[in-house]
Amino acid sequence: MNDVIDLQEAVVTLGQFPALTGVTLKVSQGEIVTVCGPNGAGKSTLLRLCAGLLPLREGSAHILGEDLQKNRRIIRQDVGLLGHRSGLYDDLTVEENVAFWGQMVRAESNEINEAIKLLGLDGRLRKVLVRQLSAGQRRRTSLAGLVVQRPLLWLLDEPHAALDSDGRDLVDGLIHEAAASGATIVLASHAPKDISSPSGRFVTLAGGRVTNDINNDGSGDGVS
Amino acid sequence: MKFKTIESRDGQPNATSSRSTRFLGLCLALGVPILVLFAFVFSPKDDTMDDAVRLLYVHVPVAIFSYIAFGVTAMGSIFYLWKQSRWWDTTAHASAEIGVIFCGLTLVTGSIWGRPTWNTWWEWGDVRLVTTLVMFLMFIGYLALRQVPATPHVRAKRAAIVGIVGTINIPIVNRSVEWWENSTLHQQSSLTDGNLEDLTLFTWFLGTLIFALAYVWLMIHRFRVGWLSSEHDALGYGAAIEERKAEAGIDTEAQAQASEDGGPQ
Amino acid sequence: MEFRDAWAIASKDLRIELRSRILTNQIAPYTLLILVLFGFALDADTQTLRDTGPGLFWVAVLLIALLAIQRAVKIEDDDAAKERMLLTPVHSSSVFLGKAIALFIQLFVLEILLFFVMLALFDLSVEDPLLICVSAVLATIGVASSGTLYGVIAAGVGVRETLLPILLLPVLAPIAIGATRTFGDAFGRVDADGWAWFGLLSVFAVVYTVLGMLAYGQLMEDA
Repeated sequence: MNDVIDLQEAVVTLGQFPALTGVTLKVSQGEIVTVCGPNGAGKSTLLRLCAGLLPLREGSAHILGEDLQKNRRIIRQDVGLLGHRSGLYDDLTVEENVAFWGQMVRAESNEINEAIKLLGLDGRLRKVLVRQLSAGQRRRTSLAGLVVQRPLLWLLDEPHAALDSDGRDLVDGLIHEAAASGATIVLASHAPKDISSPSGRFVTLAGGRVTNDINNDGSGDGVS
Repeated sequence: MKFKTIESRDGQPNATSSRSTRFLGLCLALGVPILVLFAFVFSPKDDTMDDAVRLLYVHVPVAIFSYIAFGVTAMGSIFYLWKQSRWWDTTAHASAEIGVIFCGLTLVTGSIWGRPTWNTWWEWGDVRLVTTLVMFLMFIGYLALRQVPATPHVRAKRAAIVGIVGTINIPIVNRSVEWWENSTLHQQSSLTDGNLEDLTLFTWFLGTLIFALAYVWLMIHRFRVGWLSSEHDALGYGAAIEERKAEAGIDTEAQAQASEDGGPQ
Repeated sequence: MEFRDAWAIASKDLRIELRSRILTNQIAPYTLLILVLFGFALDADTQTLRDTGPGLFWVAVLLIALLAIQRAVKIEDDDAAKERMLLTPVHSSSVFLGKAIALFIQLFVLEILLFFVMLALFDLSVEDPLLICVSAVLATIGVASSGTLYGVIAAGVGVRETLLPILLLPVLAPIAIGATRTFGDAFGRVDADGWAWFGLLSVFAVVYTVLGMLAYGQLMEDA
């Protein structure tokens, strides 16, 4: 099973609203895929579906070889999601947050330390409460938690948002490193032109479904 | 599921009644005046309770059926968690609503009856009184939870857990109140005394029958209302999907262009 | 279920409480305020206050518990930490246990404070300290576990603040009655068999801890 993501006509409703109206998408292991589209196209919903956080209304979905409708719990353990909200505790320090989430995913303390250093949170920032951080620093802290998790599937919702150019390079580096070690990465972005990382593949969402799927080498097939 | 028996116009149901529920309703409409006649005219006064006994022909049946209704809610909740079917969820909801009404009636009639008989509107020391009150409040909470907007499945799941936990709690409440004052003013079931007048007994059975009918009749209607309202919520689904898909159609080309430009770098 | 996870979650919650000082700066003074209000409401009659003391104590505890539960839910809701927890291998029963332990410790600390203030204000003397201790522990376990369970039921809905009390307080009726009676007995104010009540409190604590561990996962899912 090489398809890390295999969606067939996936429909997801948020309340009464059909956020995804039939997405068919296959992503194989080690790929870096950018999902683009305007606000409200369903990008975040797609990522959250792949994380096993949303129920599938119609169609089928297999993530990491598991049926999403049956084995959500198994899928979730190997998925890392960087969402709009960072999943941090405001009254804990950067170090405590990373350490807590590291502990929850069974990471060793040296891994936690490395992640903090890697994301440039070492030194003064380490002991700063998360509520006092800037948006970009929050993002880095959240990413550090993701790094210690070492997920097989990375789902990054607007990973470059609020980051400075150093931060962007850092994220791009992380993405490539993860892909090189066999992980699969799906990024969401409303402005594909801003993505400096030479992502392998660009999938365009509109109206809750895939309208375009283009590979970096130009051999993409348009879907409509 | 479709209700074949429901009256419909243009294929859409326009009422929750069917031939069988009309028949049930008719039986009720005839039964209630008969019960009133028996309760107020034919049946005799009680030696100790005097005329107040007549209230028991309502009080005892509504009390019984409020407990049964909450039992049905608990059962529906368990089956919902097991089968995840809308049918059980709707049943649990419908029964809880009727249960709360019956339970409220139980408390009110009990209170009115208690005034001449026990010389008090409310007796804190009575086990059944206090247990029933706590149960009433618990299911009010259950109904409040059901009013909170959420996706149908999430709402059903939460309500089911509250329904089950609430029911498990009833014996604990009962036990705690029993030990609390260690007393009850309620007579041990008057039926077992054996010295009831035949007519009293008959009236009592009639009351139970009438309220059984009332419960079933209300249940069917409330269930259908619940079912149709969830059907109605789902009605716009197909149209919403199409509308959403159409959003893509307008600027598909622009999108394709954008991603092509942004793609190979 | 791993106890290590539960403890990590509990100590995280406690650390947050220590840092934010909501407990010491807001909830604790509120507790004292409640006792003083009871004093006003029941007149300066110490005899009445002594007789109703045990009941007032537990009413105050339930009111505090509501606040503490809201806090515990808010910590996880604010920045989608609850969702992040779903993406870890931690079992939901560990999360439940962790949250309940943290709530228990916070409530218990407040109860100790409340208790001694009540002794002084209401001029009560303890006849059976052991009964006081064990029944307070069990009643608090019951409140903490049922509170954690109902907290997550009310979580994520816009009307959490108003929904939680009407869902939780009727459920806590046996605790209110039972703990009041045991305290009454321990203070020598009522003639009740405190140890029988202790049994009821234990049943409540066990039932809600088990139910919570079973149901929490279901509720965390898509709340």
